[in-house]
Amino acid sequence: MAEKEYAYYAGCSLEGTAVEYDMSMRQVFKALGVSIVEPEDWSCCGSTPAHTVDRVFAAALAARNLTIIEKMGTGTVTVPCPSCLSVLKRAHLGMTGDESFRNEVNELLDEPYEGGVVPKSTLQVMLEDVGLDTIASKVTHALPGLVVAPYYGCILTRPPEIAQFDDPENPMSMDKILEAVGVKVADYAFKLECCGAAFGVPKRDMVNRLTYRVLSMALEAGANCIAVACPLCQQNLDLRQGQVNSTMNTSFNLPILYFSQIVGLTYGLSPKELGMDKLVVSADDIVRSRITIEELAQREANAKAAEAEAKAAEKLKKAKVKEEDTKTEET
Amino acid sequence: MDTLNLTKSLNLSFIEQVSKESGQNPSLCYQCGNCTAGCPYTHFFDYPVSQIMRLLQTGQRDTILSSKAIWLCATCETCTTRCPCEIDVAMIMDTLRVIARRENKVSEKDVKLFYDSFLNSVKEHGRLFEVGTLLSYNLRSGNFFADADLGPKVLEKGKIHFFPKKIKGRDKVAKIFTRFQEKAKKHG
Repeated sequence: MAEKEYAYYAGCSLEGTAVEYDMSMRQVFKALGVSIVEPEDWSCCGSTPAHTVDRVFAAALAARNLTIIEKMGTGTVTVPCPSCLSVLKRAHLGMTGDESFRNEVNELLDEPYEGGVVPKSTLQVMLEDVGLDTIASKVTHALPGLVVAPYYGCILTRPPEIAQFDDPENPMSMDKILEAVGVKVADYAFKLECCGAAFGVPKRDMVNRLTYRVLSMALEAGANCIAVACPLCQQNLDLRQGQVNSTMNTSFNLPILYFSQIVGLTYGLSPKELGMDKLVVSADDIVRSRITIEELAQREANAKAAEAEAKAAEKLKKAKVKEEDTKTEET
Repeated sequence: MDTLNLTKSLNLSFIEQVSKESGQNPSLCYQCGNCTAGCPYTHFFDYPVSQIMRLLQTGQRDTILSSKAIWLCATCETCTTRCPCEIDVAMIMDTLRVIARRENKVSEKDVKLFYDSFLNSVKEHGRLFEVGTLLSYNLRSGNFFADADLGPKVLEKGKIHFFPKKIKGRDKVAKIFTRFQEKAKKHG
């Protein structure tokens, strides 16, 4: 792949509670040869709170960043956080599709946005621009025993008119990327069920009850880890897992990893640089389980040899029994 | 369940207002209930989303604007994605919140307060200051210890910043707020 440069809008969460998403995403992009540049002096996209105030106001908070990115000339901005992505896309699509809306938004801005930026999730850039073959080609390590429930959250692929990526009911992009790096993916029915979103602070009980379902269903699907692509999902499932355990009387101990952390582990990257120690529910067992693909091949060959040996022994035993049977018959 | 006298409380201009502001046509809804069937929040709502749609069709302005449902909707987009009539239901819920806010009829004060704390932080610093937002919410809501149990966890992980990251262009972000407020005042 020819090296392409992207603007990278990390968003506020990735500077704080989701710092490990930022760390691992940057590491993975580096490994894949994707060059990213942070827009200078970017501001908050406005997220959920802004669109409860007004559509034009919400679009303006997002569009200030689109104006900055437009001047960078990269054309595409890649966004790890689905909430930022959704807000940036809404602003972009609204402003390019409706002139009066664009004018209204631009009236609130110092510098107008002309419509020249395509926002894409980091997942979309990996799947469509980098491609599964390249993603797979960087793998040096395996995570045997790991079964991942891929959790997309509500708005990464919805509504389809805004997301314009993957399937709105059964998304597969994360499944495909994880499978490409050799990870076992569970058939998870709760891929899109809401985790409680931004209600964690004002409506904690509601969020705990919703995350309880997301966690339970992952276990039921046979997973021992959940992969996420959203800082808010991660926070609700990881940081608040203890709250779920105390309010719902459960004993979940399910690591919640960003998909980029899992990919990074298979690329042999350092757990520290992937921010593995930033997770509240420990993922140490996963890190410790990591082996090189050569080791895995050796293990598999050994297992195969042992199996063949066992089979041969079984065959021999059967043959012996048969031989003895014929002997007894003869006498 | 409440009993409403639909004739007495009918407000036709409300239907028009919501249609115009949301860009949606609520009369297309034939009450199949698909939105409610998929809504993860329906157990917490006072009116399921399909009933909000019906209330809207019958112009029940006050009931809708004072409902909890419109504030407990997380805009997860399940309803919008599954509506067979292609109504952007989540956009209608969003519009209803905007109108309730404008008319000072917010039923779920804590939810609004959290959003306001978030936005104040953005107005002041240009980016979200997580600790400041939580503290401001706790003080103003009276829930002084909301999520206090999480403090030690994020602290231990080195995820907390005690000081906001102020961007250079924070005055430009603040200007978006003031321009919007001025414009809103002008248009009443």
